[in-house]
Amino acid sequence: METQPQPQFQIDLGNLMAFDPHHSFPSQPSSREELVKECLKKGTELVQAIADNLFNLPSTEDVDGPLVKLPPPTTRLPREKPLPKPKPPTKWELFAKAKGIKRRKKDKIVYDEQTGTWKRRYGYDRANDEDKVPIIDAKVTDEPGEDPFAKKRADKKKKIENQEKNRLQNLKQAAKVGALPSHVQLAATALPITGSQAVPRKVTKEELGNVAGMAATSTASGGKFDKKLPGEKPAKHKGKYRKFLPVVEGKGTGSQEREQTEKVLNKLFSKNSHEMLNVNKAVNMYNVKKEKKWKNREGKSSPSSSKLKPKKTLKKKPSSKGSSKKGKAK
Amino acid sequence: MLKVKTPKTGKARRELEKRAPKLVETRKKTLILHGTKTSGMLNSVLTQIYHLKKEMAVRFSRKNEDVRPFESGGEASLEFFSQKTDCSMFVFGSHSKKRPNNLVIGRTYDHHIYDLVEVGVENLKPLESFSYDKKLAPKAGSKPFIAFIGEGFDSVEELKHLKEVLLDLFRGEVVENLNLAGVDRAYVFTAVSSNRVFFTHCALRLKKSGTIVPRMELVEVGPSLDFVVRRHRLPNEGLRKEAMKTAKDKAKKKEKNVSKDVIEGKIGKVYIPDQKVGETALPNKAKGVKRERREAKLRHGEAKEHASKKQKEYSE
Repeated sequence: METQPQPQFQIDLGNLMAFDPHHSFPSQPSSREELVKECLKKGTELVQAIADNLFNLPSTEDVDGPLVKLPPPTTRLPREKPLPKPKPPTKWELFAKAKGIKRRKKDKIVYDEQTGTWKRRYGYDRANDEDKVPIIDAKVTDEPGEDPFAKKRADKKKKIENQEKNRLQNLKQAAKVGALPSHVQLAATALPITGSQAVPRKVTKEELGNVAGMAATSTASGGKFDKKLPGEKPAKHKGKYRKFLPVVEGKGTGSQEREQTEKVLNKLFSKNSHEMLNVNKAVNMYNVKKEKKWKNREGKSSPSSSKLKPKKTLKKKPSSKGSSKKGKAK
Repeated sequence: MLKVKTPKTGKARRELEKRAPKLVETRKKTLILHGTKTSGMLNSVLTQIYHLKKEMAVRFSRKNEDVRPFESGGEASLEFFSQKTDCSMFVFGSHSKKRPNNLVIGRTYDHHIYDLVEVGVENLKPLESFSYDKKLAPKAGSKPFIAFIGEGFDSVEELKHLKEVLLDLFRGEVVENLNLAGVDRAYVFTAVSSNRVFFTHCALRLKKSGTIVPRMELVEVGPSLDFVVRRHRLPNEGLRKEAMKTAKDKAKKKEKNVSKDVIEGKIGKVYIPDQKVGETALPNKAKGVKRERREAKLRHGEAKEHASKKQKEYSE
């Protein structure tokens, strides 16, 4: 843009910049002050040129001063971020476009038939609220024994879930193109194990706390001398899994070793015996039952010495099956 | 399994929206930092640049050892800082025997290095050494006038690049409306030789002239220094093309309250606000306000004074 015929400056009003491409210093200026003076002089010329153009722009009066509308800058400078990509249309938008469905403006206040007043469209105490119907008529297709209110609630929940799924799908589509809205980030929470659909189970806090203890048992000393971090809880099971009998038996304890061996032998025999009926056990059970009965009877009838009462002979249960041998181990 | 992460607070959401890419970009933030060793002169240069760009700059005060903009590995830290602070320009100062008082001015595109210019700083005259009338001091954040003088800026490639970078650094926010009463500073860059640029910052004094356009007077206020161009790196062609892309058409603003009818043509809706019956001015003025009444009162008052004066004279 020319301002005066002789010097021509390139003026970019949008940036308030002026450039003089024709000026050159003929020789090295003698001193710094001269240089500065020369620069200031030329600078003033350029700034004056910008101001000439600037103040001649149509201005509007404002409270603080005259306001001018600057033209857009002419020098092209690089952007700092890539251009935003347009959002891909969502599933509903595609459907609406295909069907020709247009958006209709909705009123905030709607007439409620039930009460006959004007209520808000959504929110607390809304008009035509579907959850508030007291009676639902049964239809021919309804099964008896089905709760329609519960069904309604379940349907609503399903709808919400479906909506959430669709929203996630739309966001995924946008992310594929690279046009996610700025405040949304999609993050993978847990990836399924390759080859299966199973998502790995989340480890609980307690389990994680025990992991260190479990790893410590693989050390040579069982994790006893490992350095503990501050705040680390002591290992859970310190202990003994086996109890060994004392080498020297004390007085009055009886033969623990004998008991131990007896137990083992009994187990072995009972496992390997082919008797269906354990006669000793049956006899003992019978005796116990009888004694209980006697005690009850004695309590009810007159207290007389037990000695006078005829002792009933013990009747053995007939051992129909198996051998009549009594197997007593000694 | 994907999870949607959205910010929980409104503040976080607004911050993210500020950092999102926009169709039309208006401002670039600058990151000012320094390397392992700096000199006193360099420190003052960095602080003064920070003061000049107060709102739109971030200054790191610690030294950063592994920042070497011109080497291939040393850019990673810069890119990380640019990402975290959302700054697309940086000014990195360092001082060494080989390159004393070194300043690297760089720009980033999409948080990756776009281009770099390395200059040395000489003959610094700091802010404090200038004495001027304090009333002229330019206000912070005002849009500056920028002047480039010298054919070197057109012919020498390094100076061309430097001109572009300096313009980007100093131009401030791109605005549509400018208040003419608020223009008060100017930056003057002069190409003294093929590798030296003299920079000074001046306040503007607008003097009355015969026409609407005031007469401009420059008064040196700010730092003045010499830039000696050392190295530079231009962006690759592909990257440059991508960065220079502009949005072709702006989304047209919807004209409100205007609709087209087939029969009647263009129809506009006019909304009239409610009449405030109690606050309107009455057409008949109140009795006491009428001019004739006021004047009559005045005349009556004078006559009374005369009468009282006369009485006094009489009494005396």
